[in-house]
Amino acid sequence: MNAPLRRLSVLVTALFLVLMLAATWIQSIDAGRLRADARNSRTLYAELGRERGPILVGGEAVASSTPVEDAYRYQRVYADGRLYAHATGVYSVITQPTGLEGARNDLLSGTSDQLFYRRLSDLLTGREPAGAVVETTLDADVQRAAAEALGDQRGAVVALDPRTGDVLAMVSSPSYDPDELATHDRDAAAAARQALLADEGDPLVNRAIAGDLYPPGSVFKIVTAAAALESGEFTPDGLVPGPAVLDLPQTDTGLPNSNGRSCGEGDQVTLTDALRISCNTAFGWLGMELGGDALREQAAAFGFGEPLSVPLRVTPSTVPAEMSPPQLAQAGIGQFDVRVTPMQVAMVSAAVANDGVLVKPNLVRSVRGEDLEVIEQPEPVELGRAVSADTAAQLTAMMETVVERGTGTAAQIDGVAVAGKSGTAQHGVDPGAEPPHAWFTAFAPADDPQVAVAVVVEEGGAAGDEASGGRTAAPIARRVIQAALDR
Amino acid sequence: MSVVTAHAPRTRRGVELVLLALALLVAMGAYGMVGVAVDGAWPPGLLGYGAGLAALTGGLHLVVRWRAPYADPLLLPVATVLNGLGLAVMHRLDVVRDTGFASRQLLWTAVGVVLAALVVALLRDHRVLRRYTFTAMVVGLVLLLLPLVPVLGTRINGAQIWIQVGPLSFQPGELAKIVLTVFFAGYLVTARDTLSLVGPRVLGLQLPRPRDLGPILVAWLASLGVLVLERDLGTSLLFFGLFVGMLYVATQRVSWIAVGLVLFVGGAVLAWSLFSHVQGRVRAWLDPFAPAVYDAEFGGSYQLVQGLFGMADGGLIGTGLGQGRPQTVPYAESDFILAAIGEELGLVGVFAVLVLYLVLVERGLRTAVGVRDGFGKLLAGGLAFAVALQVFVVAGGVLRVIPLTGLTLPLLAYGGSSLVSNWMIIGLLLRTSDAARRPAPVADTSGTPVAPSVQDASATQVVHL
Repeated sequence: MNAPLRRLSVLVTALFLVLMLAATWIQSIDAGRLRADARNSRTLYAELGRERGPILVGGEAVASSTPVEDAYRYQRVYADGRLYAHATGVYSVITQPTGLEGARNDLLSGTSDQLFYRRLSDLLTGREPAGAVVETTLDADVQRAAAEALGDQRGAVVALDPRTGDVLAMVSSPSYDPDELATHDRDAAAAARQALLADEGDPLVNRAIAGDLYPPGSVFKIVTAAAALESGEFTPDGLVPGPAVLDLPQTDTGLPNSNGRSCGEGDQVTLTDALRISCNTAFGWLGMELGGDALREQAAAFGFGEPLSVPLRVTPSTVPAEMSPPQLAQAGIGQFDVRVTPMQVAMVSAAVANDGVLVKPNLVRSVRGEDLEVIEQPEPVELGRAVSADTAAQLTAMMETVVERGTGTAAQIDGVAVAGKSGTAQHGVDPGAEPPHAWFTAFAPADDPQVAVAVVVEEGGAAGDEASGGRTAAPIARRVIQAALDR
Repeated sequence: MSVVTAHAPRTRRGVELVLLALALLVAMGAYGMVGVAVDGAWPPGLLGYGAGLAALTGGLHLVVRWRAPYADPLLLPVATVLNGLGLAVMHRLDVVRDTGFASRQLLWTAVGVVLAALVVALLRDHRVLRRYTFTAMVVGLVLLLLPLVPVLGTRINGAQIWIQVGPLSFQPGELAKIVLTVFFAGYLVTARDTLSLVGPRVLGLQLPRPRDLGPILVAWLASLGVLVLERDLGTSLLFFGLFVGMLYVATQRVSWIAVGLVLFVGGAVLAWSLFSHVQGRVRAWLDPFAPAVYDAEFGGSYQLVQGLFGMADGGLIGTGLGQGRPQTVPYAESDFILAAIGEELGLVGVFAVLVLYLVLVERGLRTAVGVRDGFGKLLAGGLAFAVALQVFVVAGGVLRVIPLTGLTLPLLAYGGSSLVSNWMIIGLLLRTSDAARRPAPVADTSGTPVAPSVQDASATQVVHL
């Protein structure tokens, strides 16, 4: 009976080898995937237990970890939380991290593969492993100016450096206090979250990049004008039709100007003046004349429809496909189903400001280890040419007239040439019944642009029905530009 | 062969003592590390715990010296380190969950070690057990069926394998494992000649005669019965596998394995198609990460997946005792103790545990090879194989090699019945290995060298091959 016993022992050894292989698979080869599974609470606990790197604005920590005596060991605290809430996001024990906390989670928490050698040296030297430091491109003064100018009104402000794509300000209003969500008291955090979710102002939503998309209204006329100039068939001084009411084919209703008057003598107006006074009929006519493809292609050149990560995810803005002539006329003035984020509108201004070249917006200046060694330092990324340099120069000149003596005079700054465009966007099922969204986008100085901004004030803000882009949003843009130029 | 020197076979009791001391050191070290990791200080109960374990296993060592001096020196230390490591992991879970598994397990350890000592002390010759072959059959069947008795049997987590007497609950199936191994050994050593006769040849395989299929069919039906009536996949698999393995050892006929495999596959398919709990286990095994399976209230894969998460988190070297989160996994002290070890002691720890089991099993099989009588070979081989099968079925379930079943790791996992039964297996293996290594009685007392017994033994083996 010894031979079968020996074979049995071989079989047993084989069975145990299978077990060892399975254990190796789980604990070594497949371990990364298992650790990354959202249902694996250990990963969260491990992250929470590690000293998370801070998020900096201008060298000051706006999110940092302080040691506490509880199971998580470190409490995330937010200095000036409401001001930066939508940029930093929240590192919470009850939800996935949001904002930069989420987008750069692996670096902040110190689990990124980019930190592999650091972790190895931590292991060998016995140093407590810590997360990386994320420095943002935000400018504290510009951010504060934007938030203060917007005040209690619902809306958003984005300020970009057109040359580098640096996001100087990103404000969404109303905001929230991230500390309430970051508390380790799970019940309190959950209650705070429920309250914020129930708040009809949707304070958790980052309106600047990821809210419900807005109709752009007349700020979209920059795109229509760009398409017209790029087509080669129009010049800034050339005349286009600008009647009081534009006849729309296939319908009984026409497209009227907001003041009900003709835009120029003989119902004709130059392209420059059409933009300056925001002539709806001229741009409606241009929309039909240029066609859907030209509008969409021009919009795409400015970044519409493209997924974008700054590294927070930006919802792509849209220009609808397959439009009828009346819909094209509406789209030409930024109505119908054209939908944008404030970030996208700022990108349009930034591209015009930067001689027609669109630079990718970016919120992260650098990522450094604790010893300040650079781990990641994003260089400006050119997304492409939105318009030719000539067109950009022409658009700049046209937008300057808007601020000088058009609908955007409220954005004037002494001694600085500001180029801008207002927008007053109707929205909702019954346009006109609800106060319009007030828009303003601008850049300055026009001859050497250092900042491009987009402002939206939802439903007219404090002004309500009386609101317009020029009256309501332009002063906010002015304050933000002023703060940016004072840097 | 010209010079024949007599030398007394070494008892190796010294080796056993040194290894036992090492095993205690490992167990106490693990226990102490929990305290250091959690409270930053050696736990106050460490010395008491160490002294208790040392007194118990040291006592068993003394009994072995006294009654079975030639016993295999590895069995006791390996069993001790497994038992001690299990206690440490339980203590670690107790600390974080505020439960009292470790102290109860220590109590059961005492019962188990004392019973093992009694086996070694009172059972002077393992062959005595052969007399009780058919008593063992009856007792084994009664033990298997006991959980089905109304009032006495209780259903825990779907499986009806427990009996409850007052505050005590017991898993008779664990004890049945020993008793039925005795029965199988006694029966097969008698019937092996008949069962070895060959029948028709099919596809190059010499099949047994159809009329000899009776016993394996009975074992198969009994296993299916356990599966159906007690809803216990693990026990069912263990008994059938054990029987087929011992049948193969007794008859040396590969065809029995083929017949066994066919019956097993048939039974498995049958069980799968008929019973929802079997289907649930298979689904949780094949696709544990599917949200529907993971979130299922009953028979889902939550436990399995959490165990995998824990082990993945442990990685190669583990988080260290007291520094992981093994309490996340339900039943981390019993069914999923391997996941807890994988998390806190890493792949290294899992390998160590598996190798310890492998050593235990191989020493058991070595005993079977060495012992001279057929009954002893089948008994030792069967017991060792039962341990191996149980480890494979449990660890395979946790490591997702096979569907999860309701058994626990011998000696390591929490469970009084399992611990006591497995210490008794250690006792029986000690007893049998003493017989295997003991020199044959020397007839000549004049001092003239006689043929050395070791060669005697190996010569005997060659003949019996």
